[in-house]
Amino acid sequence: MPAGALTEAVMSATFVNFKNVFLAYNDSGDFAVEDISLTTRQGEFIAIVGPSGCGKSTFMKLATGLKAPTRGTVAIDGAPVTGPLKIVGMAFQAPTLLPWRTTLDNVLLPLEIVEPHRGRFRQHRAEYEERALKLLKAVGLDGYAQKFPWQLSGGMQQRASICRALIHEPKMLLLDEPFGALDAFTREELWCILRDLQAAQKFNVILVTHDLREAAFLADTIYVMSRRPGRIVARRENPLPGPRDLELTYTEPFSALVHELREHIGRVRTA
Amino acid sequence: MTMNKTLLQKSAPWLLMALVLVIWQAICSLFNVSEFIFPSPVAIVQSLVEFAGAIALHAWRTFWVTMAGFAIAVVVGVVLGMVIGSSPFLYSAAYPLMTAFNALPKAAFVPILVVWFGIGAGPAILTAFLISFFPIMVNIATGLATLEPEMEDVLRVLGARRLDVLLKVGLPRSMPYFFASLKVAITLAFVGTTVSEMTASNEGIGYLLVSAGSSMRMPLAFAGLVVIGAMAMTMYELFSVVEKRTTGWAHRGAH
Repeated sequence: MPAGALTEAVMSATFVNFKNVFLAYNDSGDFAVEDISLTTRQGEFIAIVGPSGCGKSTFMKLATGLKAPTRGTVAIDGAPVTGPLKIVGMAFQAPTLLPWRTTLDNVLLPLEIVEPHRGRFRQHRAEYEERALKLLKAVGLDGYAQKFPWQLSGGMQQRASICRALIHEPKMLLLDEPFGALDAFTREELWCILRDLQAAQKFNVILVTHDLREAAFLADTIYVMSRRPGRIVARRENPLPGPRDLELTYTEPFSALVHELREHIGRVRTA
Repeated sequence: MTMNKTLLQKSAPWLLMALVLVIWQAICSLFNVSEFIFPSPVAIVQSLVEFAGAIALHAWRTFWVTMAGFAIAVVVGVVLGMVIGSSPFLYSAAYPLMTAFNALPKAAFVPILVVWFGIGAGPAILTAFLISFFPIMVNIATGLATLEPEMEDVLRVLGARRLDVLLKVGLPRSMPYFFASLKVAITLAFVGTTVSEMTASNEGIGYLLVSAGSSMRMPLAFAGLVVIGAMAMTMYELFSVVEKRTTGWAHRGAH
């Protein structure tokens, strides 16, 4: 096989590509993140864990093109990132649903903004509604489409928020501690929903979290970040084959993985 | 039981008013207070009836002048609020100046406005406007400036323009603030009109107050105050109803 074809094959299989990325928020020279280099395969689910204030959210801004790196390059899906990336959907710890819109209208919101849907939204509303209802059903929210967000529980709101992030069929889903405010049982339930959605639709995921069990359960590859300035101090491929079952979280290999990650965090804190 | 309770709550303001009126009348009758000092409710009602025609004319004048000033205040307040609220730079630049302006007594503007516009509706409309646009502007600006950054990120990443964020999220989100400010602004606008009419007009309730006072017709002056209060309260209640209808999502929980 000629060398050129090989690099091409590798290139096309890469989705996220950070090369020596630095970001400073002002001119002081204090970096929020330092020398981040990582690549992901198409369809890979990665998690970034670390202590709070380690620049995880900064990483998100870089990956979505909302912030440009001070140094280094970011490329997503083979193209250098120069501005906001429409192929991305985002969800946060706060569901940020709009209280004057029904759940259905909240989920449809991105389509009123992002091209090409924006232009055809009015004429094809029924078709888009059907797509939203299907998505709501997939996360267990059928029957709640006409309810307002404040009539839903926290877990339900977060499900709706994930639907909103996925409605325009993004290639990449960015989640910033999306389950952080939920109780343990709801959280595990949503883990499984996210796992199944990703298995079905094969989108790329970057999950930022400080819950190590969450990272170990969901991600194919886990990156550990240091305190500010944030650097990647460890990369761990998940040795447990996915999609994983909830029962697995009570087994020895899973605990060992979580324990290992915890040790990396411990080292980060004392360093 | 609960039915009776809500009924009682709804009629509470009327009951309180009736109680105040009864005590007021009782004091006036018992101590034989002179009408020139402190007129009794009965005397006020008598002069309300006696001068009904004239009072109605002056009240109408005050009403439309206030509404004109208030309408300008809504337009200017909303536009300024949108401009200031959608840019942190302008927000920090304009806010101290606006606060300083708001601290100025608006009655002090009346002589200046008279020089510019002469005696009549002009100064009254402008005084009503000057006194009432500030709360509207501040509330719109605050509603826009306190937008969650996460929400903005969600939209910006999709390629939303400033205008999209403003129309889809910013403005609907500031509506409860807006209506709350309308209720405050309308009562302030009546204050502005009346103050201006007292020195710079030959019509309106403000003029009526001054001329009744100078001719020692205290019941008539009090009747003028009653009319102003009633108009302001009616408009306040009107905006309350509009507020509840349009932004019910912000008032859930409160029944």
